[in-house]
Amino acid sequence: MLRPSTLWLALLLTLAAAGLTFGIGHSRSIASEDRARLAAMAEQAARLDLTDLCLFTEAAYTRHPSQADYHAAFQNHPMALEHFPSGALVQPPPLLRSPLVQWSSAHAVD
Amino acid sequence: MQWINRQRYLLDFTLHALWRRRWKHLALLTVYSAMVFLIASILFFGDSLRRDAAVLLKDSPELIVQRLMAGRQDLVPMAYMEKIDGIRGLGKVRPRLWGYYYHPASRATYTLMVPPEVTWSEAAVKIGNGVRRTWQGIRDNQLYFQTHAGDSLALTIAESFCGETELMTADLILMSESAFRRITGMPTGYATDLVARVRNRQETRTIAAKVIELLPDTRPILREEIQRTYDTIFDWRSGYVLVAICGAVLAFFIFAWDKATGLNAEERAEIGILKGVGWETTDVLHMKIWEGLAISLSAYLIGVLAAYLHVYLADAPLFAHALKGWSVLYPHYRLSPVFNANTLSVLFCCTVMPYTLVTLLPTWRVAITDPDAVMRQI
Repeated sequence: MLRPSTLWLALLLTLAAAGLTFGIGHSRSIASEDRARLAAMAEQAARLDLTDLCLFTEAAYTRHPSQADYHAAFQNHPMALEHFPSGALVQPPPLLRSPLVQWSSAHAVD
Repeated sequence: MQWINRQRYLLDFTLHALWRRRWKHLALLTVYSAMVFLIASILFFGDSLRRDAAVLLKDSPELIVQRLMAGRQDLVPMAYMEKIDGIRGLGKVRPRLWGYYYHPASRATYTLMVPPEVTWSEAAVKIGNGVRRTWQGIRDNQLYFQTHAGDSLALTIAESFCGETELMTADLILMSESAFRRITGMPTGYATDLVARVRNRQETRTIAAKVIELLPDTRPILREEIQRTYDTIFDWRSGYVLVAICGAVLAFFIFAWDKATGLNAEERAEIGILKGVGWETTDVLHMKIWEGLAISLSAYLIGVLAAYLHVYLADAPLFAHALKGWSVLYPHYRLSPVFNANTLSVLFCCTVMPYTLVTLLPTWRVAITDPDAVMRQI
């Protein structure tokens, strides 16, 4: 019968080896595809002079953080999640919280 | 060899002891693995995003010149181009026309831009995949805009960006200059900002200083600043998630601390018996080190492997919600796996070491007490 230490060490080593083999195999299998994808995007960025990744489209200063005014809070989007601690403490003004209703009532044309 | 055999016997004994209280230890292993999984997922995600950003922005403009007024970005007069054009070492300077368009029906903000070369007609656009996915009311392959003057403008979709470039182009709408000026109301003779190429990269800072000297109301943005912004912002985002799981990490440490420091009566009696039958204090300590290692190493391996599968095969569904925020438009992209030995080592030191070490102190306290007193539970 196998000793518990042999069994545990074998399990641990198998798990580590399987994980490493899978990880390396997986990243290698998609490496050329990834390189081509990143190269295509880098080419677009260079050709169009793009400066930012399209990650967070909720507000202008999150869409183009490298180009924004220095971190203008609540700039464009109601209730936009803040990067900074103050965003967790201060609510946006009421006008921004329900923009459509407030905007239409404030600018109603008689 | 003798030392190895001795350690293996100790490990055999430890594993038997763990198996006797298997449900308790399995619960600990599950919580422990979940913690490693969460932290490893965050680290993998951040590393991959930072690596992708570095690759994608390596050819972004060396210098961008913005104009500031009352502390906010303002339109740049085209005449500024001529003023900085003569700076020695500055390559081609061109105006960039770009801005945002909020589409009320989609409740999404899109990025409008005029490319350096427009290969389609004046009344057509090239759009990113995210625009096609989210824009409400595409009819006859046309997008309807409300212009700055209030009238409507229909632009035909001439081309679409390849789906693989979504991370850069998902919300982009490229159009002709005339259409852009009509929609945004930007007057002729003005641009959003200026981009410039620099011949010698070493001179970028000097050239930026000269730009400020010539045009004191401008703010130059360097490529290195753009790249640094991304390093920082991903740290913030990762920090945001880290703050969210802070409670869980603390709970885990309380659990581990309780498990490790509060030896129960059975465990104390067991140590007393071992000492009574002739075990040395060092043997007891070795046994406890093996116990800590058995649990923490297993949890580390399980957690890291699960995190890899979560981030790189399942596209990190646990974090998608946090990253999307309030966005309606969210790019579909796949992260490239990054093996960072530093990340894995730090994770190892922060998860495996503390648990193994915290097991030792209470065991040592019991192990140095008289076995008779321990067995009598004095």
